[in-house]
Amino acid sequence: METTIALAGNPNSGKTTLFNLLTGAHQHVGNYPGVTVEKKQGMCVFKDQKFHIVDLPGTYSLSPYSLEETVARDFLVIEKPSMIINIIDASNLERNLFLTLQFLEMGFPMCIALNMMDVAKGRGILVDTQKLSTFLNVPVIPMVARSGAGKELLMQSAAKLSEKLSNKKPLKISYGADIDQALSKMQEMIELNGFLTDDLPSRWLALKYLEGDDQVKKLGRQHNPDLSAVLEEISHDLSNHLQGSMDTNAEAIIGEYRYGFIRSLIAQGVVQTDSARKPFYFSDRLDRVLTHRIFGPVFLAAALLGLYHFTFTFSQAPVEWLEKAFEYIRQMAEAGLSEGPLKSLLISGIIDGAGGVFSFVPLIMLMFLGIAILEDSGYLARVAFMLDRIFRFFGLHGNSVVAYIISGGIAGGCAVPGIMATRTLKSPKERLATMLTLPFMNCGAKLPVFAVLIAAFFANYRTTVMLLVTLAAWLVALFAARLFRSTILSGEAAPFVMELPPYHLPTPKGLIIHMWGRTWQYLKKAGPVILAISVILWAMMSYPQLPAETQQAFDMQKQQTISAFAPDIIHELSMGNETGNFSAAALSLREQLNLIDAREAEEALKHSVAGKIGTAFEKLSVYAGFDWRVNIALVGGVAAKEVIVSTMGTAYSLGNADMEEDGRLSTRLRSAQGFDSLTAISLIVFIMFYSPCFVSVVCICRESGSWKWGAFSMIFNTAAAFILAVTVYQLGLFFWY
Amino acid sequence: MNRICMRQMSKGQTGQVTRVTASGELGRRIRDMGLVPGATIQIQGHAPLRDPVAIKIMDFTLTLRNNEADFIFVEIT
Repeated sequence: METTIALAGNPNSGKTTLFNLLTGAHQHVGNYPGVTVEKKQGMCVFKDQKFHIVDLPGTYSLSPYSLEETVARDFLVIEKPSMIINIIDASNLERNLFLTLQFLEMGFPMCIALNMMDVAKGRGILVDTQKLSTFLNVPVIPMVARSGAGKELLMQSAAKLSEKLSNKKPLKISYGADIDQALSKMQEMIELNGFLTDDLPSRWLALKYLEGDDQVKKLGRQHNPDLSAVLEEISHDLSNHLQGSMDTNAEAIIGEYRYGFIRSLIAQGVVQTDSARKPFYFSDRLDRVLTHRIFGPVFLAAALLGLYHFTFTFSQAPVEWLEKAFEYIRQMAEAGLSEGPLKSLLISGIIDGAGGVFSFVPLIMLMFLGIAILEDSGYLARVAFMLDRIFRFFGLHGNSVVAYIISGGIAGGCAVPGIMATRTLKSPKERLATMLTLPFMNCGAKLPVFAVLIAAFFANYRTTVMLLVTLAAWLVALFAARLFRSTILSGEAAPFVMELPPYHLPTPKGLIIHMWGRTWQYLKKAGPVILAISVILWAMMSYPQLPAETQQAFDMQKQQTISAFAPDIIHELSMGNETGNFSAAALSLREQLNLIDAREAEEALKHSVAGKIGTAFEKLSVYAGFDWRVNIALVGGVAAKEVIVSTMGTAYSLGNADMEEDGRLSTRLRSAQGFDSLTAISLIVFIMFYSPCFVSVVCICRESGSWKWGAFSMIFNTAAAFILAVTVYQLGLFFWY
Repeated sequence: MNRICMRQMSKGQTGQVTRVTASGELGRRIRDMGLVPGATIQIQGHAPLRDPVAIKIMDFTLTLRNNEADFIFVEIT
């Protein structure tokens, strides 16, 4: 038989590290049913015995404050694991034991993994594991999960425990005369009626009634409505009494007594404080500088700028290699395939589509690596701490900042992992407001479009424009959030009662897991979806083809042009040559032919489905300065922003020349009629703010639990972007052009 | 005896929690994190905009907003 072990503990107690240590590569990540809380499961084989390990969400308590706590509690009550491994941070024993007591009150077979023994020792905290084990009546195994020390002993202890699994006598804590009296009265009734006692200890059930736990009350009402009503009445009377006599409530008293119990344990010698114990640790000294009134913000700005430079400097070379690789594949296909729709599909649809996505993977990976370093070191928690006041003004939470940065707050992230990162927000309304404004950030897919437009019209002001674009994204996102929070999403702010975890050096393994997880979310999105979209777009831009007579007319034109030249020049051009050294006449002929090809391509595009859509939108889009060609690219961009550049490349193509390289497209744009720097500004504004890409929309629907929010973000964002772009364009026309 | 509200404490000041008047979700969260009567706290510092505040409690650092600190009363030691 397989034993199910629930791995439980506080956030930052090293739970994930222990989980990875125990299960290695045998992991499966999913969600708890019906909620967006991650559920990780894995297998651990120890001496031929199989253990199924479920990683419970990290919580401080089992009182249903957050979704995580509810999920953890429900898992224990409903799924009933065979036993619990409770991981505890030895350097932070008191608070960690608060959760432990609650497990012990439930009577689960349990062993304690006393983690971070090294850190505790370094701080001069010596834990007497023997004493702790005796007092709590559970095995306590000291360990250092980061190095793997203590793993064998822990599993030995778990295996031994699994041999004779039986619910042990639950821990009984005294909660003072008033509560104890009520508890024993309720306990008696519960036991007499066999009220849920098959699975749960009577005292725990009574406690949950006193604490006012709605889930347990609901369970009770289903089981025995009459008894449940009596229990609720006793709880009600008690709370009235406590309110009247002491101006407090049962829940508060229970919490106080639990901490009191822990303090008495500590006082009985569980913790020996070394004389060398320092009241302030390295982490605290670091905080004095990093969250200082002046140095704090300065360092923050420097860190974000550093991250930006790190990403863009180091990604340049690999991005170029990948672009070259795709260029090479493209040339192979060009040379190796015979002319026809298949070739066109393969080159314009598949290779260009995939190239557009994969070329930016190094950039996105490096950005996520940088974010993982900030996050794993504990610095992002400080960023949330420093910026909470500002974010609160806009109706958001300090933690929203993390999601914004992942989505491209410093240019070059992805909204999909950003939307996932909003899971740390406890208030559903704050979470939605964050989620809906994340797509305004400049994700990695929007950057190439900006790069082309900047190269074409503002080549000398690259840094300034990028800075303005980043600032504008933040401003619009924050004010939109404020708008949402004061209208459709108004409500209370979630508390900022949070732990600032100690700084620590990130482990390479942890960083890689973190970075790869987010990159994979991007790739999963990018891979199949963008490929499919590229193919559809290709079809829309290629069909229906020009009528035969129009095509013939262009062929005629070409023939006429060619016949005007001498035969040896035609021969020279048709033979081609490696070096590209043609005579002036041959070059002129080639240019003229390319021009005809370009006109034909333009005619063909205008005639296609996409061209017709683009033309249909032109009536509206002229107010923002966009013609039908831009419209095609923008419609494609709703599917995925990555396709905007390649679509514009095709739409503005001159003949069959290579349109992929930014430089060339930007040159073409500069000379294209009806496209000037004002159009470029208006276009940048529109692309920044209009509909999130398809995958983000799907992600918003899934994470918000309703397709309505996905639809809302598409409509709202597009409308907002259009208004902004028109305003910019019309003001520009009026004042400067 | 010098009882004040936690918001009024300045950086570096130490005290013992005497009363927590928050109820509901906030009260639960404050208690779960160990801010119960009898707990010793020290103000570690404020965010650059003076809000939120970081405090040392037991062996860790806890942050809370000023309007959340209003529910906590402390006896300065």
